Amino acid sequence: MPRRSARSDEIGFRVGTGVFASALIVLVLAIAYELVRSSMLSLKAFSLNFWLTDVWDPVAGQFGARPFIWGTLYSSVLALLIATPIALGIAIYISELAPARLQRPLVFLTELLAAIPSIVYGLWGIFVLVPAVRQLETSLPAWLRATPVFSGPPYGVGMLAAAVVLSIMVIPFTSSVAREVLKAVPQAQREGAYALGATRWEAIRMALFYARTGIVGAVMLGFGRALGETMAVTMVIGNTPRVSLSLLAPQYTMAAVIANEFAEAADPLHLNALVEIGLVLFIMTLVINVISRAFIWSLGRQPKPKRRTAAAAVAAEAA
Amino acid sequence: MRTRWRKFLSQAIVILCIAAILLALLPLALILFYVVKLGFSSLNWAFFTHMPVPTGEVGGGMANAIVGSLMVTGLGALFAVPIGIIAGIYAAEFRGTRLASATRFAADTLNGVPSIVIGVFAYAVAVLPFQQFSALAGGFALGVMMLPLVMRTTEELLLLVPASLREGALALGATRARAIFTVVVPAALPGILTGVLLALARVAGETAPLLFTSFNNAFFNTDPRQPIATLTVQVWTYGISPYPDQHRQAWAGALVLVAIVLSCSLAARFATARLERMQRGG
Repeated sequence: MPRRSARSDEIGFRVGTGVFASALIVLVLAIAYELVRSSMLSLKAFSLNFWLTDVWDPVAGQFGARPFIWGTLYSSVLALLIATPIALGIAIYISELAPARLQRPLVFLTELLAAIPSIVYGLWGIFVLVPAVRQLETSLPAWLRATPVFSGPPYGVGMLAAAVVLSIMVIPFTSSVAREVLKAVPQAQREGAYALGATRWEAIRMALFYARTGIVGAVMLGFGRALGETMAVTMVIGNTPRVSLSLLAPQYTMAAVIANEFAEAADPLHLNALVEIGLVLFIMTLVINVISRAFIWSLGRQPKPKRRTAAAAVAAEAA
Repeated sequence: MRTRWRKFLSQAIVILCIAAILLALLPLALILFYVVKLGFSSLNWAFFTHMPVPTGEVGGGMANAIVGSLMVTGLGALFAVPIGIIAGIYAAEFRGTRLASATRFAADTLNGVPSIVIGVFAYAVAVLPFQQFSALAGGFALGVMMLPLVMRTTEELLLLVPASLREGALALGATRARAIFTVVVPAALPGILTGVLLALARVAGETAPLLFTSFNNAFFNTDPRQPIATLTVQVWTYGISPYPDQHRQAWAGALVLVAIVLSCSLAARFATARLERMQRGG
């Protein structure tokens, strides 16, 4: 009799907590489902043309989202170009070079960058960064201004300001993952290199090579963050839908157009079009996160030591 | 000659790495400097006690937005903390099961979903059906963002509890559920609270998911079914407005936000450091 009640108790516990665990899975599926359901109108009306045309005119009922996906990809790639070397430098310094008593404060300071709210980055962007960028843009030499990358009037707001803000925001993510990955490199790798007469950098290069998949994963994780970043970018990119290579040109991103237009979208087609942009953003970040996590895991992280085998055995007995 | 080049290269890389650190700390210093400088000079008692004034007028404060932020974040915690902790218990207890790995995967996925997309989702399930922006919808959006963090920290911390505690409880004849809820979870509780604090710090500064869920409100509101003003949305509205006095208030709001977020994460860090010391001490 007591055995029976212990068993039903065990099942009740398992099912009871399992329901809550399933809630997270249900939530992810619900997000996917709702995004598809709420963008049906636009999916049906435009199909692929939605992503291939440039005219975004809610009043006329015309919705082409190519400038948004361009702006998102371009700003994120630019941000990565700036952030990756800096983030890797930070990770290398903290995990390989820094004196032990400097490590903790440096980790703390870089993580502080991640703690500052996006909206504060945006505010700082509008009032401090954008004027500085404008100054820089006006002082560019004429021959540079003739190239397509620096063409157009120097507004200050635009792709360059967005890329700079984004890169600052991405650095802490990439560097903290890269740091963890470097920590997972066996010490023997470095010692082997030193034993063969390697310099410090050559030993670090060995470690970087050993951790290469994880490093790629760290960079991709940063990319995923950059794609979805909303407020700071919205405040400095200029919010003008156009496809341009120019760093000076005001452009637009997927997240920014949702932030700006969603609350005011009265027409169902307009709302559906915005949700579709959200759907594609969701898919893009999902794919990138899954791939980058696969990269980071593939580094062969040792499985966590089994601390609870004894307890598990007892519990199994009780059941 | 070649050795000298190799040594030189090595030195150069070390210097570049230090330069990278300085390059990242420069914007940090600049942002904190401007937030403190412009925020502090704009901050006054009225900011905390007064309501916003009509656009164009000078003065007023963000009393309603401060209350709103607390309320929306609190509603989010109310949603995320119980679900997250119990889901974390499941993931820690039934580690090897398929449901546990699926839950872990879902949590990591949820963690990577852009906050603006969470906002769109919350709009679809919590605003559209009721035809009403509400504090509740904003709280739901923030809760969805907190959930994976709470769940993962709970899981990690439960695994840190020494097996002997659980074995002791089981040996005394406790059922598994009893052992966990009365012995293991209380032992991990400070750590779990740290995780909650970190989750709060993360969502307290969120704006994007609130723009079209809790929306904004010029009046004082504590009804969760009504739209509500929040600090972040208010900073956004004021930041992009053309009025200098609203810019002033936006900076004051930014300072308060940074102070809230930093004190949350500092508290969490302090608690973690203490936990670690306790763990090392046995």
